[in-house]
Amino acid sequence: MIVAKRKPFDEIKDFLKDYKKVLTAGCGTCVAVCLAGGEKEVAVLNAELDMARRLDDNPIELGAITIERQCDREYLEALDSMVGDYDAVLSLACGAGIQFLAERYPEKPVFPGVDTTFIGVNQDVGWYEERCRSCSSCVLGLTAGICPVTMCAKGLYNGPCGGTNKGSCEISKDQPCAWYMIYERLSKQNRLDNILKITPVQDWQNQKPRTVIQPGYKTSENSAEK
Amino acid sequence: MRLDYPSNIKIIRVPCTGKVDVMHLLRAIQKGADGVYAVGCLEGACHYNEGNLRARERVNHVRRLLEEIGIEGDRVRMYNLSSGEGPTFAAYAREMAENIKALGPNPLKQH
Repeated sequence: MIVAKRKPFDEIKDFLKDYKKVLTAGCGTCVAVCLAGGEKEVAVLNAELDMARRLDDNPIELGAITIERQCDREYLEALDSMVGDYDAVLSLACGAGIQFLAERYPEKPVFPGVDTTFIGVNQDVGWYEERCRSCSSCVLGLTAGICPVTMCAKGLYNGPCGGTNKGSCEISKDQPCAWYMIYERLSKQNRLDNILKITPVQDWQNQKPRTVIQPGYKTSENSAEK
Repeated sequence: MRLDYPSNIKIIRVPCTGKVDVMHLLRAIQKGADGVYAVGCLEGACHYNEGNLRARERVNHVRRLLEEIGIEGDRVRMYNLSSGEGPTFAAYAREMAENIKALGPNPLKQH
């Protein structure tokens, strides 16, 4: 899931200082699961903003809505009848959701309430760890299910490098060497030959926003855009 | 035991302090309460294993949130005792009331 963390309160308060009526929009999918931008977090943030603005003698009227997904037009539609009543929108969705919302209401100032941080896993309630950098060329099949782009400090597709040190990375003793872990797991699976396969380097240069059209969903409209 | 404790404390019963949410504590202050405290079982003695530890974490979180806003975090506290400790309950109630008296009324009331 996409993991986000709440922005510092002062930053959010500063965004909204000139607005009197703001709609706080939560997102019910990834950011709700990672406890950063769901219905509950919307309520907490609104309570904080309400109290802070009252203390500043600059009261603010706050609305709250949490939709299933802000990255989907189907759900964003629910905001159409509300947004006009507000001076600005504060979105607690991930960066993609915020942009999709802002794109739908180009006249309306839209502000982020969270910092989108990574694609990760849930280790325990409230505890998340990064696992994927969405590099577009997955090598997990060769690396025994351990992502070197995310887990290796250098993001090496081919490793280990000379900095591997008895299972740790040269940057810190507390940072496991991804390629050591890959070696160990491949070895246990009798698939060590995979470590010798060379993966071509990723062309990180000149990246532009990527588009995916799943097979079977091509239309004259979307393939023309591509 | 007929123990005395300050009459301005309103008790809200919950099945376990693990049920107390950040929003419950925050809403109390938002609506004008001068202070709010959670009284849970002794640490290590929770019938639901870690309800009181979760509550402690949430209380600490709310204290930080209030400080960010400009309200004294010490208006929200967590106390622990066993269910057999009536006198300790009364003592904590008096301690909390004294703490709040020292801090004065909820600053939101003036706005």
